[in-house]
Amino acid sequence: MATTKKKTTAAAKKTGAKLKNFATAPINKSLSKDEKIDLYRMIVGIRRFEERSLRAYNQGKIGGFLHLYIGQEAVAAGIVSLMEKDDHIITAYRDHGHALAVGMSMNECMAEMYGKHTGCSKGKGGSMHFFAPDKNYWGGHGIVAGQTPLGAGLAFALKYKGLKGCAMAFLGDGAVNQGSFMETLNLASLWNIPVVFVIENNGYSMGTSLKRSSAEENLAHRADGFDMEWEVCNGHDVFEVREVANRAMIRAREEHKPFLLEIRTYRYRGHSVADANHEKYRTKEEIEEYKRTKDPVNVVKQHLLSDGTLTKELAKKIDQEKKDEAEASAKFADESPVAPRSEIQTDVYWEVDNDSEGELKGTYFFND
Amino acid sequence: MPLITYREAIKQALDEEIQRDENVCIMGEEVAQYNGAYKVTEGLWAKHGDKRLIDTPISEAAFSGLAIGASMLGIRPVVEMMFMSFSYVAIDQLFNNGSFCRYMSGGLMNVPIVVRGPANGGTSVGATHSHTPENMVANHPGLKVVCPSNAYDAKGLMKAAIRDNDPVFVMENTLLYGEKWEVPDEEYIVELGVANILREGSDLTIVSHGRCAMLSLQAAKTLEETHGISVEVVDLRSIRPLDEETILNSVRKTHRALLVEENKPFCGVDAQISHIIQLKAFDDLDAPIRRVSAIDAPNFYSKELEDWQLPNEERIIEGALKAMA
Ligand SMILES: Cc1ncc(C[n+]2csc(CCOP(=O)(O)OP(=O)(O)O)c2C)c(N)n1
Ligand SMILES: [Mg+2]
Repeated sequence: MATTKKKTTAAAKKTGAKLKNFATAPINKSLSKDEKIDLYRMIVGIRRFEERSLRAYNQGKIGGFLHLYIGQEAVAAGIVSLMEKDDHIITAYRDHGHALAVGMSMNECMAEMYGKHTGCSKGKGGSMHFFAPDKNYWGGHGIVAGQTPLGAGLAFALKYKGLKGCAMAFLGDGAVNQGSFMETLNLASLWNIPVVFVIENNGYSMGTSLKRSSAEENLAHRADGFDMEWEVCNGHDVFEVREVANRAMIRAREEHKPFLLEIRTYRYRGHSVADANHEKYRTKEEIEEYKRTKDPVNVVKQHLLSDGTLTKELAKKIDQEKKDEAEASAKFADESPVAPRSEIQTDVYWEVDNDSEGELKGTYFFND
Repeated sequence: MPLITYREAIKQALDEEIQRDENVCIMGEEVAQYNGAYKVTEGLWAKHGDKRLIDTPISEAAFSGLAIGASMLGIRPVVEMMFMSFSYVAIDQLFNNGSFCRYMSGGLMNVPIVVRGPANGGTSVGATHSHTPENMVANHPGLKVVCPSNAYDAKGLMKAAIRDNDPVFVMENTLLYGEKWEVPDEEYIVELGVANILREGSDLTIVSHGRCAMLSLQAAKTLEETHGISVEVVDLRSIRPLDEETILNSVRKTHRALLVEENKPFCGVDAQISHIIQLKAFDDLDAPIRRVSAIDAPNFYSKELEDWQLPNEERIIEGALKAMA
């Protein structure tokens, strides 16, 4: 029988209790001054990028859906900051934060949302479908929970190849109720696959509160049914995220064991920008309270101001730089061309794209 | 006659059927308290309550299968797929259990469910959200599928679907939800399996369904005005059962056929229709049957390119001119 460690960090359990200072945990204490500033820079960067994309959406420059990550930034920024060379990451459609965190440029991301040829996917995927395999980032997936078995697959491949790495598979609190996720939890545990599932529990799946979608509200407890370890923590403090996720990631890498991490977080905006009703299924006060006490940008800023890493001037300067970068990305996207029509039928079949010899057998496309 | 939206027409159908039959209930993500992701069920929860309008977790396989099971005992669930694309995670339930329970029980049971939701591209939501699976549904004997192109048909077909004793898929379209058509106040039903001639003509038959039928109608007007071609537009309404007679009668009159659909061409609905025409009206044809479908690739996100990828007036006219050559 495997010994399972199951715990909820004190902070997550007792909201309102004086928070533990996670900034002084070893994994965070070991950060250099520049590394700490980089964390701040990333969190602010995601925030400013998304604020700019919201403006672009409202101007009609971005089509389809826009699912903003605002309020959740510390989760992606914290976890990605722990990733090593052979660690991989995959997420759902609320994917801008993870994309920027792995190092994708604002330009390629903004251009993708504008549907331009210079976008990370040539304008083929849009906001929900960012990809950067060169940065171990495997998307950006639009079907709820559809990415979770893929995450286990990434981890399976790592173990298969004898690499010491783990896969981070993100999903929402609504996604846990998909069969594919349940099946994947079992496989991952049965086969000892080094995958860490990260439930970004922001309390709502579209307009449905957690209470109305899950019979057992402690989502991490589901791991018990699969003899898998789990932990729960808060997501607004990047240092807390790092401290808790680090343990799961080390264990996955060292012991090839899966882990279920539930991170309590919050989204400020509607489910997507089209969700104009989001103050009907939750209260304005609830949103304001989170913003006031737990804003991920403020929390990291306060940490770094109080330990002397940041000065107010530097914080302001970084903020301005990120605003400028976001603004420049919108200009870049606006001025970029859309793909030519011939691109509609590229990237469908590897064989067709790579047929330098012209030796393909059979018909691949069927237009009149 | 009142002018109402496609969305309103569907809502009226649901509302009326809920009141007519105590076994009709509506189930799906955000259908009740949120009033529907596309507001099709707006106000119905307030009016009919929790028993009749049921919010589900994001578990399409489970609630589709549950609806099938409940239907075996006489409940008539109307399952909303927020996008028909999401039915893909429930395909075993819908395509295996939904279509084969009746057959494999030797007719001892039937499955009177409705699966409804938008099945269209053209809204820049990417390939995963833009499927038009009426051809896949129709490929499963036991399932029925309809694709209303306007508010009148949407209401009448929805009511017929709910009263039908087999599983019926109703393929809606987010681009039509806000469009208005005349819909009578009096109750009516549009029977499954009956096509509609949207416009009479003598030179060319366009066979189409769903929103493409409306685009075809528009193209037909332009073809008449700018090319002097008289086009008859047949709106299938129902894919399976299929009104072969109306298609064949039209082709026998015009001797030319253009088939227009948003499906991808390979094994699309129009591949079957093309076969039927050549088999049963071969001698009446003056030219090869032409098709305009989505350009054969997953849907492009970028609006400009997706708008070109899907059938549009320009591409339909181009296809019509080829059919006339
Ligand atoms: C299979 C499937 N069903 C439904 C949807 C529509 N949908 C997209 S996101 C979403 C809510 C998901 O909520 P959650 O998992 O909590 O993630 P969050 O949006 O909060 O990040 C729904 C219902 C979908 N994309 N795929
Ligand atoms: Mg959520």
